[in-house]
Amino acid sequence: MTSAALEVCDLVKRYGKRTAVDGLSFTAAAGQVTALLGPNGAGKTTTIEVAEGFRDPDGGAVRVLGLDPRDQAVKHRVGVMPQTGGGYPGLRAGELLRLVASFHRDPHSPADLLERLGLSEVERIPFRRLSGGQQQRLSLAMAVVGRPELVFLDEPTAGLDPQARRATWDLVHALRRDGVSVLLTTHLMDEAEQLADHVVVVDHGRLVTEGTVHALTAHGAAGQLRFTAPPGLDLDALAAALPPACRLSAVGGSYLVEGPAGPQLLADVANWCAANDVVARDLQVETRTLEDVFLDLTGRELRT
Amino acid sequence: MSTWAPGALAPAPAAASHGAMLLAQTRAELALVLRNGEQLLLTMIIPLGLLVGLAKVPAVTVEGRRIDFFVPGILALAIMSTAFTGQAIATGFDRQYGVLKRLGATPLPRSVLLLAKTLAVLAVELVQVVLLCTVGLALGWEPHGSFLGTVLLIALGTAAFAGLGLLLGGTLPGLTTLAVANLVWLVLLALGGVVFPLTEYGGVADLLVYLPTAALSDGLRSLLQDGSFVVRDALVLLAWAVAGLSAASRWFRWE
Repeated sequence: MTSAALEVCDLVKRYGKRTAVDGLSFTAAAGQVTALLGPNGAGKTTTIEVAEGFRDPDGGAVRVLGLDPRDQAVKHRVGVMPQTGGGYPGLRAGELLRLVASFHRDPHSPADLLERLGLSEVERIPFRRLSGGQQQRLSLAMAVVGRPELVFLDEPTAGLDPQARRATWDLVHALRRDGVSVLLTTHLMDEAEQLADHVVVVDHGRLVTEGTVHALTAHGAAGQLRFTAPPGLDLDALAAALPPACRLSAVGGSYLVEGPAGPQLLADVANWCAANDVVARDLQVETRTLEDVFLDLTGRELRT
Repeated sequence: MSTWAPGALAPAPAAASHGAMLLAQTRAELALVLRNGEQLLLTMIIPLGLLVGLAKVPAVTVEGRRIDFFVPGILALAIMSTAFTGQAIATGFDRQYGVLKRLGATPLPRSVLLLAKTLAVLAVELVQVVLLCTVGLALGWEPHGSFLGTVLLIALGTAAFAGLGLLLGGTLPGLTTLAVANLVWLVLLALGGVVFPLTEYGGVADLLVYLPTAALSDGLRSLLQDGSFVVRDALVLLAWAVAGLSAASRWFRWE
């Protein structure tokens, strides 16, 4: 038993002269949600399709659950939601899900899955007449109906309305809680922030950075602490109570402390305020969003 | 939308038996054919209409009894419609819509998928043969020849047409497949000895006999009209089957 659900090592994939994935390496840990984050055309879908066994790599290696992605034994254990399409236009939603369920020995109840994903009313509607969002949710149901231990979700919420998006997120949270490994691709920061234990940021087919959402957003932003209080506080007195490296500034009632913004600095500021009978509101260490991280590292907008 | 009980999604992956997958996939393929209006028109209504029309209206001059000439030809047409045209179009669009790719991400092995398609074709052919023979008998058809020989020719014809259909549908885009498959169907209907005796085409007939449709219609006609099994027709069908299925397995693309 390996502790990695997916290992990607120096993966290279070319389409003609265009290099879609250019030496990408990362590991998706078992039992965790890993998000492949990047702008459109970054190589996310190509990477996930190599892992799904749909494409052969031009270089490097990919192991899924310790096996070659082309191994038929992998298909029994993995659930896949492709980015587009994937249903017989003439089969009804319920028939399609029951068909895929019948390929598994101990599947989830298709009726139950349809209900939880808000598809009960369209169970008897042919696939071609479902809306894009309904087709996507059905595809998600098809990905999990076989009780997989690893699920690949390629842009699972693209084009979904907020309610359907929330249902998808609920399902991903529940999958993680029950020990299922999830690899998803997204170009949405909030989705990665909401769902992922581990974020792998890619651009131009290469790894930009990786880590937990917390680590990625905390790094480099650790130098600022802000709070709001009545204007005209004695900055010199406050500075005397803080480590010497700190610089203070104020614009009206907005105060900014620049320095090693760790737990001690927070405590120092709060203690000084308490001693001086000042109510500090919105006392917080500045954090960055994933988008800030991405912009810093690539100079590119994540939403393209 | 309710929440998920703890443990509800705990992993327990296992593939079903190949038999269970085959049954489910065959049922799905059959449902798709029987629900598709164009497929029914192609496989059932046109052959039946042609049979009744040609038997009743002396538009084409043939030797011997009209119904005895036309039942074998229309049987060949029906086999071609299902195994070649219908399969090519369905496969072309399955690929275009990403269905084959989607199924490739499930435990369903490709061999089971192809076997299911074959079983669905055979089931439709069974309905066609029963329907056409019943109508033929009602119109006074008097078949001769061996039952086993007929089954053998139909099996060889099915293999030949299915190979060519999968080759076409497995390599070209859906709409192109639709156009080409229909055109080929029309050309083979005219030149394959289905409704016009090959002798009408003079010297070209020496070449036309090597078309799969001509081999099947001539083989069935010789057997059912005169009781003689033409080995050349069987060999021509066998050659098409080997060539078509090998080419299909070589060039077939799943997406």
